[in-house]
Order: sequence, then structure tokens, then C-alpha cells
Amino acid sequence: MRNIGIWLIRIALLLLLAGLFFGHLASESYRITEPKSGVMGFLSLRPLHVSSAYLGIITAGLGFLTLIIQKKRTSRFGTFLQYLHFTLWIIALTGIFYSYFTGDFGGREYWEFNPVWALPIFISFIVFLVFYIHQIGFKVKWPVYYWMWLTGLVFFIFTFIENYLWISPYFREHFIADMTIQWKVNGSLVGAINQIIYGVAFYLMEKISGDEKSSYQKLSFAMYFLGIFNLMFNWGHHIYLLPTEKFIHYIAYAVSMTEWIILIRIFYKWSKQIKENKQFYYFFPYRFLMAADYWVTINLSLALFMSIPAINLFTHGTHITVAHAMGTTIGINTMIIIAAAFYFIKPTFNNSKWKQFGTITFWVVQGTLFFFLSSLIGMGIHRALWQAGLANESFNKMSSSSGNWVLLFIIFGTILFLSMGTFIVYLFVKSWKKNKFDFPY
Amino acid sequence: MLNLFAHPKHIFFVLFVCFIAFSVWIYTIPLFSPSQYSEKELHLVAEGRLVWQKYNCHTCHQLYGLGGYLGPDLTNVYSRSGNNEHYIRGIVKSGVKQMPAFEISEDEMKVLLLFLKNVDQSGTSNPQDYQPEILGTFSLEKK
Repeated sequence: MRNIGIWLIRIALLLLLAGLFFGHLASESYRITEPKSGVMGFLSLRPLHVSSAYLGIITAGLGFLTLIIQKKRTSRFGTFLQYLHFTLWIIALTGIFYSYFTGDFGGREYWEFNPVWALPIFISFIVFLVFYIHQIGFKVKWPVYYWMWLTGLVFFIFTFIENYLWISPYFREHFIADMTIQWKVNGSLVGAINQIIYGVAFYLMEKISGDEKSSYQKLSFAMYFLGIFNLMFNWGHHIYLLPTEKFIHYIAYAVSMTEWIILIRIFYKWSKQIKENKQFYYFFPYRFLMAADYWVTINLSLALFMSIPAINLFTHGTHITVAHAMGTTIGINTMIIIAAAFYFIKPTFNNSKWKQFGTITFWVVQGTLFFFLSSLIGMGIHRALWQAGLANESFNKMSSSSGNWVLLFIIFGTILFLSMGTFIVYLFVKSWKKNKFDFPY
Repeated sequence: MLNLFAHPKHIFFVLFVCFIAFSVWIYTIPLFSPSQYSEKELHLVAEGRLVWQKYNCHTCHQLYGLGGYLGPDLTNVYSRSGNNEHYIRGIVKSGVKQMPAFEISEDEMKVLLLFLKNVDQSGTSNPQDYQPEILGTFSLEKK
């Protein structure tokens, strides 16, 4: 096992496939009326779905980072760190899935496994941070994506410690403070992982376009700092309804609104973007990055509306929040991961039929994702109206009456599972071809 | 203005320090918020939180709109009707619709109920109890 990076990417692809599969099974629970127990019950399927997808994204980020930095410096210490990190990561993944399959829960939302398995995750990230600094060093001037990766790793470690503060009774005894910290963690952890994944996207764009200057430009750094400013302080929009300190809500509201700058910049660059899209359209890594860019625009618009407290009051706790979360994980993170996998694995399309099939499947993924998110928003609006008191019926009746939206959600979810799964399986198979990863960095 | 970003190390450091200070302030909030519960009761509330996690209640249910979507929000379930402890016990022990019956011990049930009581007394999660305001915020006082 000479190339740890490839192995991490293979594991990430399997995890993402598992995430799609468990998500499909979990979505069926919305239609059944009888309880199911064991691993096929919703109580196990939802954690399996969420953790597979979440850990898949993290593993992919670490895999791409390893691929990029492992040849920067060759030393025994660096190799030792790589193997140590990989071993700890495998132990954690094995423990987590063992925990889920045996019903040994006890953790919090998104991290439901027995908390003991958090330890190898935590240590592995410390090891990876040391490996990262060892490989990169501080001698040369860092491009913006080096900073993004460092930010992702440091904040993941810090926030992961916060994620387990609940072990201390001091925090559990104070429900409001405990919930505040839990949602601070959930917001910041996603932000930390996004820094790693968006850093990979930045790296890819630099390599594809050949424009190395933009990675050192002050404007790129300004946007990066805007990103971490939001990572640090905008998580409070998750808890507008929670009766915690008002100050936290006001900070979150104000900081969230700075994201308008990002949205305005996207529209400012729109014509240049379209021109670039046409130029590189037939290159698969670029095509998925292009898709991620458009999903950023859609998701950011949705996030900005949801960050206004008076709107959030009614969308909060509905499937509109799920649409936003799915839009980010599938539309942005997974698109970047597939783009990067195409870039590093470099599959050769043996015939034009496969290339055509790939193009059709790409558009099926994008179209289906749009309708999938729309069905979630439909479910969300239905629930939001009920929460606002416009439909005077019980929760059960309200749930039953959104049956058509649920059906669309399951149908589009299934097509998404199959179409996106096709790319994932394809890339996984192609990753076994020899010498695919020997390229100049 | 953009020259400010020519020194990323300094900005990173300043932001990180602000973030740490903000985080520490949040950790200390309980120290300045008096509780109506005795130390022993608070200990049981903390145990109830663990029961909530052990049985993965958040997979289907929300507290203050945070959690799963398959079942209703349970923030104020404790005070929904006069005899609610019996109602909650019945639902947990026998299940309903997609919710399975849980084999939960009497000790676990007691601390879970205390936890739900504690959550209920912390506020309301019903959006209809709040009043949207012109600045895009909202307040608990209905006008």
C-alpha cells in the first residue's frame, strides 16, 4: 500500500455510495406506517445515511490532500505519520459502523455512534495536522488553498473537542447552553470540512486554468477570510428559536448577511464564468466544478433567506432546512469530490459512447437533484404553513397530507442514487488501473 | 482596504483569538444563569439527556426545531395536556405508527421525563408564540 491517498479516496467513494444507499432506504420510512426495528429501522438508517455521507466527504477531503502533499517531501517521519493516520481512521470507521449495526448508540445528532470511537478520529486529525505542516512547511509563501486546508484541520480539531463537551455533566445539566454549544459545533464543523473541500476546488481550478496568480491575490484572501469569519460566527442562525443570549442571535444575523458579498461577487463574475464554462465544458473535472458553482449560487440564496430570523422562524425545523443541507452536501461537496476524483484518477473513456453516456448521466444528476431539492422544499412549505397555524390539524394528519411531496422525494431520491452512484462506481473501478496517480504536482 | 489581507497570518491570529473568546463566553453562560432546580435534580436532568441520546430520540423528534423530521417537535410535549406523564410513558412503551416500542427501564423513564420537563420549562418552540419584527428579527412578546 504505497499510496495512502488513493486508498482514502477509494474508501470515500464507497462511503458516499453507502450514504446514497442508506439514504434511499431511510426515505422509504416516510411512507411506511409500521415500525421497523434493528438495522432496517429508521433509528439506525438515518445515522447510517448521515454518517456515511459525512465521513465520505471528510475522507475524500483528506484523501485529496494526501495525494497533493505526500510528494512534497519524502521522509520516514512523513510516511510514518501517513500510515498512523490511515490506521487510526480505519479503526474509527470500523468502530462507527460496528456501533451502528449493533445498535450501540449514545452520541449526538450526526455522531450517534458510541462516543469511544470519537477518540481515534480526534487523534487521527492531530496526526494529519502534524503530517500537513511537516509536508508543507513555512518556508515558501502559501497560496490561499494552503490556508484553507490549515483552517479546516485546525478548526475541525477544536470543534471536535467541543462536540464532546456534553460528556461533562456541567454542560448537560444546562440544556440551553448545551444546545447552543451543540449547534455551534454542527455549524462550525461543516464550515471546517467545507474549507478543506473548497480548498481542493480552488487547487483544481488553478491547475485546470493554469492561472497560479489568483491563489496569491489579496481578493482571494479577502474571500477566504470572509469564509472563516462566517465559519466562526454565523452558526447562530441554527438556534434563533432557542432562548439563549440574544447577543448570539444578533451576531449570527449580522455575520450571515455578509454572505451577500459572496453572492454579489458571483453575479459580478457571471459573464466571465459563462465564457469559461463553454471553454472547458468537455473536461469532466471542470464540468463537475462548474455544477458545484451553480449549486453554490442556489444554496447561498436559500441560506441568505433562511438566515433572516423572521423567515427562519417559519422555515426552521422543516424540510427546507434539509433541502439546504442536501444542496450543500450533494450539490457542492459531492460535485467537487467527483470533479477531483475525475482529475486525479484520470479515467480514459475507451469509446465515445461512454463519453456520451457520461454526459447524459451528468445532466440527469443535475436535473434530478434540482427536483429532489424542490420536493423537499415543497414538504417544508407544507410543514411551515402548518407551524404558522394556517392548517388546523394534528401532526399526523399534516404528515399524511404531504404524501405527494413525499412520493416525489422518494422517486427523485432513487434516480439520484442510481445516477450519482453510476459515477461513483465508475470512478472506483477506474481507480484500480495502474500508474494513474503518477502525475507532476 | 485589500492591503489588509497581505498579512494572512495576522488576520488569522486575530480572528482565532476572537473566536476563542466568544467560545469561552458561551461555555460560562450557565455560571451566570440561576437554575430553579436543586443540584440533585440537575444531575438527574443530565442523566435524562443521556437516555434521550441512548435511544436516539433526536433521529425522529426535534427540540426547538433541532433534530429529525419524522415525528413531532417535543419541546413542550411535557405540558401539552394535564396528564402528560402517563401519555408520554404510554407512547414510549407501546410505540405509535413508525415509532417502535422501547424497552426502557423505570429509572430511565423517570430521568427522561425530568429532562423533558426541564426542556419544557425553558421556553416555547411554537412559532405562533413569536412576533416577527420590521428589522427581520422576532420577539416573544405578541403585540
